[in-house]
Amino acid sequence: MDILLSSIELIARWDVMAALLIGSIGGVIVGGLPGVGAAVAIAIVLPVTFSLEPIVGLTALLGIYGSSMFGGAIPAILVNTPGTPVNALTTYDGYPMTQRGEGRRALSLAYSASFFGALFSIAALMVLAPVLAKVAPMFGAREIFLAALLGILLVIITHRGQVLAAAMLSCVGIFLQTIGIEPTAYTQRYTFGMGWLQSGIDLIVVVLGLFAISQALILFMDKDKAITLPHVEKVGFFAQMKDLWVYRRIAAVGSAFGVICGMIPGVGEFMSQFMSYSYAQRTSKTPERFGKGNPEGIVASEAANNSVPAAAMIPLLALGIPGEELTAMMLAVFYVHNVIPGPQLFAQQMDFVIALYLCLLLLNIIVVIFLFFATDTLMKAMTIPNRFLGMMILTFSLIGVYSLRNSLTDVAIASGFGVFGFILKRLDYPTSPIILGIVLGKLMEDKLRTAMARVREPWDFIDRPIAFILFSMILIAVIVQAWTVWKSWRAEEKSPKDA
Amino acid sequence: MSEPTQDQPHIFPEGRKPGEMLFSMLLLILAAALLAALPWQTTWISGKGLAAQPRFWPALSLGGVILFAILHKLMRHRVDRTPGRWSEGLNWIRSLEYIGWYMLYVATIPVIGYLFATVIFCTLLSLRVGYRGRMNVWAALFGLVVVLFFKSAMNVKIPGGAIYDYAPDGLRYILLRYF
Repeated sequence: MDILLSSIELIARWDVMAALLIGSIGGVIVGGLPGVGAAVAIAIVLPVTFSLEPIVGLTALLGIYGSSMFGGAIPAILVNTPGTPVNALTTYDGYPMTQRGEGRRALSLAYSASFFGALFSIAALMVLAPVLAKVAPMFGAREIFLAALLGILLVIITHRGQVLAAAMLSCVGIFLQTIGIEPTAYTQRYTFGMGWLQSGIDLIVVVLGLFAISQALILFMDKDKAITLPHVEKVGFFAQMKDLWVYRRIAAVGSAFGVICGMIPGVGEFMSQFMSYSYAQRTSKTPERFGKGNPEGIVASEAANNSVPAAAMIPLLALGIPGEELTAMMLAVFYVHNVIPGPQLFAQQMDFVIALYLCLLLLNIIVVIFLFFATDTLMKAMTIPNRFLGMMILTFSLIGVYSLRNSLTDVAIASGFGVFGFILKRLDYPTSPIILGIVLGKLMEDKLRTAMARVREPWDFIDRPIAFILFSMILIAVIVQAWTVWKSWRAEEKSPKDA
Repeated sequence: MSEPTQDQPHIFPEGRKPGEMLFSMLLLILAAALLAALPWQTTWISGKGLAAQPRFWPALSLGGVILFAILHKLMRHRVDRTPGRWSEGLNWIRSLEYIGWYMLYVATIPVIGYLFATVIFCTLLSLRVGYRGRMNVWAALFGLVVVLFFKSAMNVKIPGGAIYDYAPDGLRYILLRYF
């Protein structure tokens, strides 16, 4: 109880509330603009939050992270274009519902399922928090190294169809973090005698280039798409929220998938919603209607993807391991303020952790209230032309990259990564493995060095229970992936060429 | 649609995007050149274990890039290519024009100030991408709002312009502080 009161005291301030309000409403708006998304918004806002206190900065970023998927459902349902990539599944059933004149009902279901998913995950994590506080200190250097290795492996494996590209780009990220003066023997690595490379390549500069500038370039090179807003029936949202009760089983199971997938580094929203959608389809009385406007499909995907953000904070806060690019960006806020996430944070600053979860709870309430009143206005924002959005993103990205050190070199590096990210996006290659490679690569290097100092025999590395479990999980992941590749290979060899 | 097809295991996708092999090849060459520079760009400290060597992680990561780039190329060779690799390469080069605009924008901020640079940049860029009339006004207004929010209200650290020095004392302070 004392911890809860202390947490409330931490957030009961005007600046935290303002950050929460701006972050959550801003998140809904950027989520609702196809072509922007939370990653771009967080990349732009991130350097601005460095001058704020950790709780204020993190609250603003959490607001964007937790609310963007709410906004992303609007274009997914109304114009068949997901606002954020994780809303892609929502288009399958959301858009057909709009076509048959049930757009408002589809939106209402998406909002209520998202809200349910978020509440479910926050409740689950508040219950789990004391357990995590006990388990987290059991993670030493070797366990954190293995968990980071598992995270990077899962990031690669979950990029189905692009496993090798994801592996290649993760290695690019790991290499990038080695540039500069290394912190133990103070020798230079790949600086080529240039002073500006000695301090290494700043994560924020890479993030802004890969996510914001590259997205602006994508939008510039694309043609403006004419968006015709559909007619949406005038029915109250509240009246339709009771619909969710009919699909409560799917919402609960989807949220549980979200919590589990969110807690595992590298897995996240995509896997959780596909599992949830598959479950809903398999257990439905009308599986043939999935993809043709079945409300169960919307509930399954939205409940699952919105229960991930709270869960994804677990590996970040408890172990300092981000599971995807958005939490990797948030990690930068911790480091700037010298707050080191990891086992000690959970053990010693539980009030800070609970405060973040309370913020997540509040932001969901703010977002739902905002959406009830502002959905019609948000729909108009979807008509902003692509190239105009590109101009807006490029202008915003300057604030992020130039306000860091007023350095033209930083802008040039960010621009270089912008072009690199642009090429990756044109090729449909993922950009998140680079960011996770940078963050997890640094963690792996530090922790392996520390761990090896106490290891005499190779078996010593996994002689503790958690280390052994993590090592087994790594082995299983590798074996399952190898098996999948072999099966696909065999299937391809057997199938006739022209089939 | 009865099932989300994207979820199916998709190890060898049908067709490949124009430019994929070009990209892998360029990355492979770059990684190989960097790996060749390993002996003089990193240090080997005698008496220390492998994990503590400053050379270990660069070697491992660059080796990984090369290995996976080769495997990627081999796997993608098996699928039909979509023509247009050079026109795609040209697209990559064309994107540099916007980077040029961006760099010019940043370079002009210390000279003409954030407010003027931003309003001019937004207006000119909107003209460049093909908008005319009301959209240019919206672009200029957007630039103004960005400056008012981030520099005037949030006090984000962006330097004042050299031309502000020519303004009278009272106005100069306002320009430096808020614009």
